Amino acid sequence: MSISPIERAAATTPPGVARRVKGLSDRALAWIFVAPTILLLLAINIFPLIWTIRLSFTDYRVNRPNREAEFIGLRNYERILTDGDIWISMQATAHFLFWTIFFQVVIGFALAYLINKKFRGNDLWTTIIVLPMMLSPAVVGNFWTFLYQPQIGLFNYVVGFLTGADPSSFSMIGEVALAPWAIVIVDTWMWTPFVMLICLAGLRSIPDSIYEAAECDRASKWRQFWTITIPLVLPFLMLAVLFRGIENFKMFDLVVQLTGGGPGATTELTSINLKREAFEKWRTGYASAYAVILFVTVFGLASIYVKALNKVKER
Amino acid sequence: MSFSVTEPSGRQKLFAGFLVAFYALVTIMPLAWIIATGFKSPADAIAYPPKVVFEPTLEGYVNLFTTRTRASDEALQERGAPETWYQRIVRDKGMMIVGPSRYGERFMNSVIIGFGSTFLTVFLGTIAAYAFSRFKVPLKDDLLFFILSTRMMPPIAVAIPIFLMYRQLGLNDTHLGMILLYTAVNLSLSVWLLKGFIDEIPVEYEEAALIDGYTRFQAFCKVVLPQAATGIASTAIFCLIFAWNEYAFAVLLTSGTAQTAPPFIPTIIGVGGQDWPAVAAGATLFLVPVMVFTILLRKHLLRGITFGAVRK
Repeated sequence: MSISPIERAAATTPPGVARRVKGLSDRALAWIFVAPTILLLLAINIFPLIWTIRLSFTDYRVNRPNREAEFIGLRNYERILTDGDIWISMQATAHFLFWTIFFQVVIGFALAYLINKKFRGNDLWTTIIVLPMMLSPAVVGNFWTFLYQPQIGLFNYVVGFLTGADPSSFSMIGEVALAPWAIVIVDTWMWTPFVMLICLAGLRSIPDSIYEAAECDRASKWRQFWTITIPLVLPFLMLAVLFRGIENFKMFDLVVQLTGGGPGATTELTSINLKREAFEKWRTGYASAYAVILFVTVFGLASIYVKALNKVKER
Repeated sequence: MSFSVTEPSGRQKLFAGFLVAFYALVTIMPLAWIIATGFKSPADAIAYPPKVVFEPTLEGYVNLFTTRTRASDEALQERGAPETWYQRIVRDKGMMIVGPSRYGERFMNSVIIGFGSTFLTVFLGTIAAYAFSRFKVPLKDDLLFFILSTRMMPPIAVAIPIFLMYRQLGLNDTHLGMILLYTAVNLSLSVWLLKGFIDEIPVEYEEAALIDGYTRFQAFCKVVLPQAATGIASTAIFCLIFAWNEYAFAVLLTSGTAQTAPPFIPTIIGVGGQDWPAVAAGATLFLVPVMVFTILLRKHLLRGITFGAVRK
């Protein structure tokens, strides 16, 4: 950003003079404008984070406030990393992350590609498609349990109608084999439009002249798709995956309403597992260590991913 | 241009349009089903096969807003004839209304907390974004990244110490506590989006104003704010929608006085399980405003959901 003459003048003028001439100096104004935001975030994000880290080295329990919390070093971390239950919920999270992103990318890109054919009325259909994304996941998730009811549920009825299976013969959220897919289906339904919108922006950013040049060189449509469309949309697609990855790693509201983590622990994603430890078993210190591990994981994975994304962009 | 190699053929367009319309209709089904179920009687709601054509009733809405009790015929007779249409609906089921339900309160809580936090978020976000956009703030990039990174924390992870902190401060289950919390959650979105919008306003306007003798603050109020109005409005709607939809903090930190609608709606129960028409009615009233906002916002949607990373 270039420095405007005014800013240069403001920077070189002694503060006293500047105040007399212009009211507050730019510098003071900048601080006054930024400080409340930073202070609020420090109070409600960073201070709690530091507190979490401190608690993670203790055996503190919220439901026993009178008992002195003891410093137990890294024992919480040790216990978490060797706890089988936590690895199960990590696996459930990985399954959920992989398949939601896979379906959302495939369907989202396909939709964007079709919408980019600029048929009449594409605006209207696009608006309808994006609606689920903006709604409250908890409220919608709760209603999906109704759609998933055996026999009376709309989902089961439609599946039964299309496949000939008996709609009361399966329960999407009640069966161990189906529940992990039940949450993938609802998340895909909700968030495919997100990937679609980003892909659409990517597709629209490709200038027609590139395709025209390829056409002159007699490149086939197939070849144009793989050598022009895909590489140019890739940075957008990767950004969409980053957003969905972070959001779904934190996933709580939708799934807790849909399955509550069950049956058994088949859909107990890490956030739900963490909530159980912290707010049902009240193992505050242990849960804090768990929270720190999750935060470090998401932050670490995101940083690595952003590096890769920047490399793709530079190409 | 009458002919272009990049323009899809008529047949391609028709095919693409057909597929997209089909997907749109499938994807809208669950939402249509929510709205329809709100107008069904409990028997119609759980009929097999699912009923597409049914006789609409407001029973779900009446059940949503009232608490009822089953009463004997004599007790009902004693009360005399029902005076209003909603009393009649309840009376036809052999029940009587004993009072309002909590839905109205919870909905109002959502409104108060949603609008309160949106106002605060947009106010703080606008001035911070202006400073980041126009001034040399030390460690600018680091601060901006720090603001964004607060969004990466899983809410449950932060909820533990916030729960402890709020308990100490007496902020648990209060409107103020939730407003401050949602403000902190949404500030990252607000600062990043608004910085993008303000960056797009040419600096020359303010410079002209400064030369005309405005102070920096006056230039900000009289030149920048009107120019950024659309950006501020769409940012506000995004913050409102996120605060409106938030569930994790609401379910952990509120239980009564400040509970918002999302944790409440799934707890609406009738005789023998969830009262689906009432749940659907509650969901409809809660979701429809967001659908309307989404339609109004469609031009800025992409920008909002990507924190300004993708602009059309």
